[in-house]
Amino acid sequence: MSHMLDWAAQYPFFAAVIVLVMLCALFGALLGFASIKFAVEGNPLVDQINAVLPQTQCGQCGYPGCKPYAEAITNGDAINKCPPGGEAGIQALADLLDVEAIPLDAEHGEENVTTVAYIREAECIGCTKCIQACPVDAILGAAKMMHTVIASECTGCDLCVEPCPVDCIDMLAEATNVQSWSWQLPASTPTSHLIATDRGRGQAA
Amino acid sequence: MTRRVFAIHGGVHPPENKSQSLTTPIVSAGIPELLVLPMAQTVGAPAKANVQVGDRVLKGQMIAEASGFISAPIHAPSSGIIAALDDQLVAHSSGITAPCITIKTDGKDEWIKHEGVADFRSCDKQALIQLIRDAGIAGLGGAGFPTAVKLSPSADKRITTLIINGTECEPYITSDHSIMRERAADIVRGSEILAYLLQSEQILIGVEDNKPDAIAALRTAAEGTSIEVVEFHTKYPSGGEKQLIEILTGKQVPSGGLPADIGIVCQNVGTAYAVTRAIDHGEPLISRITTVTGKAVAQPRNMEVLLGTSMRFLLEQCGWQPAEMSRLVMGGPMMGFTMPSADVPVVKTTNCILAPTEQEFPTPQFAQACIRCGLCAEACPASLLPQQLYWFARAKEYEKLEDHHLADCIECGACSYVCPSNIPLVQYYRASKAEIRQRDLEHIKSEQARERFEAREARLEKLEQEKLAKRKARKEAAKKPATASSAQDPKQAEIQAAVARAKAKKADTANGEDPVQAAIARAQAKRAQANAEPEDKLATLQKALATADKRLGNTREKLEQAKSEGSDKVTLLEGSLGKLEAKRQQAQQALEDYQQKEHG
Repeated sequence: MSHMLDWAAQYPFFAAVIVLVMLCALFGALLGFASIKFAVEGNPLVDQINAVLPQTQCGQCGYPGCKPYAEAITNGDAINKCPPGGEAGIQALADLLDVEAIPLDAEHGEENVTTVAYIREAECIGCTKCIQACPVDAILGAAKMMHTVIASECTGCDLCVEPCPVDCIDMLAEATNVQSWSWQLPASTPTSHLIATDRGRGQAA
Repeated sequence: MTRRVFAIHGGVHPPENKSQSLTTPIVSAGIPELLVLPMAQTVGAPAKANVQVGDRVLKGQMIAEASGFISAPIHAPSSGIIAALDDQLVAHSSGITAPCITIKTDGKDEWIKHEGVADFRSCDKQALIQLIRDAGIAGLGGAGFPTAVKLSPSADKRITTLIINGTECEPYITSDHSIMRERAADIVRGSEILAYLLQSEQILIGVEDNKPDAIAALRTAAEGTSIEVVEFHTKYPSGGEKQLIEILTGKQVPSGGLPADIGIVCQNVGTAYAVTRAIDHGEPLISRITTVTGKAVAQPRNMEVLLGTSMRFLLEQCGWQPAEMSRLVMGGPMMGFTMPSADVPVVKTTNCILAPTEQEFPTPQFAQACIRCGLCAEACPASLLPQQLYWFARAKEYEKLEDHHLADCIECGACSYVCPSNIPLVQYYRASKAEIRQRDLEHIKSEQARERFEAREARLEKLEQEKLAKRKARKEAAKKPATASSAQDPKQAEIQAAVARAKAKKADTANGEDPVQAAIARAQAKRAQANAEPEDKLATLQKALATADKRLGNTREKLEQAKSEGSDKVTLLEGSLGKLEAKRQQAQQALEDYQQKEHG
């Protein structure tokens, strides 16, 4: 031991190099071990983005579902391709990814009111095409039997409308009832009425 | 003995305007011709009708059942016939129609058989709570939370204090005041029942000091009981549940929590009265005390109103001048809602019908810019920062709104009342609360959709795997016999193949066939086939003719039969007969043409 110390005192430069190399090897081994032992499966960012997306699975973004789009966003795709999420969704994505919020890309559709698919049951021929198209299994039925939509599970994605050979599916906006009605924000404060004598001048009707 | 009362933060002192409606005792409003009962009168799930149009119902009969834990049943307020089960305009600011039961009353006011409990103290608590639930009782102070739910706190919460709320802090409203004045004994009795159910040792009735006659009546009625009537200074909104708890006990309900978390349950005096009626007399909640007031009515007063009575019916009894009225409000001037029409029915939560004149309730002035005076923060009884909330609401920063405890806002309107810029602050908070609720719902729904999508993907994947596995298995099964034979001794196989080849060669030479002869044979075969073809065609044509003949015969027979029976199918059959004849002719023509061609 004392030999080693003597040697270290004699050759401080070499001693330092040896110690540093040893430390490097040790921490390298530790990091290597940790990267295997505590590896995170999948990309956590994809899951975070996926949680923000509206999960309509409508494919309007050009990807076959919300998760593929989430993956595409992590790979650098634009965040403004989701019409069902709308401006609020883009804002949430921008906050999450710390990027600038950009307006919705009109190419992929417009932000519409939420709708629910409705099958005109008398006209349904029981072809099961809509059932196969539904990404969330919200349509019930069997071959040559009438089909119907479980309204509470329908995401309003539209995908069942196109395959229907008899065009018996309508996308209906959800009617407001006493329970779902809500107050709206008041019209924003008019800044042109700062002077008291201006009061009433701009009060149309 | 005077109990120490505590002060709350903020609050305002708007003009009370209560005396106008207190000059007369409570009067009965009588039975209107039609009673319209909305299915959703309380917080929670709407009730489900259990009657049909045309049924005769008796007073007190349950006509709609509760549809869940937080839900209250509805009873017929008077006897009559069910006239309709449809959507009607209800007491809601939106002017949206909602499902209602309409009863055409017969004026007999015939009660269903009912009886109360002789001694509630000898009854099982759960049975009593069930009686209260079946009586459809909900908080009559304004929010309308089903009472039975409040009486069933989770087992780990011990309720030590029952507070009966007789504060009635909002201007104009005097329904609680008049019921305390006139029916104090029943309120005291109801308080005892509620305390028994909750097993709470302490019962406090809180009343503001602007109701001395009510306090006196309650004190007289409460003599000899453990009930304490506590008097405190008048300030709006002392009657808010959390505010009253703080005034009476000095304890604060934690943010996002319930009074039960600190061992307290709060009930309105009207609710206590309704509980007495239900337990002692077996009467469900079919009527309530409602104040009809405002300068647009000549005789403001308190009325005992059957639920479902139209507001117009009440206003007209009080000398209503519709031309004077600026708008019709349900509730008070601070927290009330403008009604879409006077034809909406009174529900369990209608404590006041306010018909003010334009002078009383001027049209709100234009909102001006916020000058950051901070008066709203001083007035807020929940110690929130209304101004911050206003900015966040305008910027739609919902996360920040939640961080600033928007959920604790009781929408009392004190901030809007003091705002020198006339900013409708409460409306911002209401809209933001609704938006936050909507977002939460959407988030739940999207999570649900994600789960279903993933389940579907997993199922499709599994099916695909199964298909692949099956295909592989089939392929292997097909390969097996071949491999089995070739698996034999390779040498032997080689020998066999050589033998086969030799045999084939021998056979070829034995036949002595050369390619030329083979070609001739093929040509001959082809010619033979061509010869056979015309016969085939002839046969087909003949067959077609025969079929047409047969069909024609059948149809003729049917026609004869139809004619003899005088059936209405005659014309139809005649039509098809014509067509068949044409077809037969075509077939015959084709056959003849073919024969001519063949022979000619």
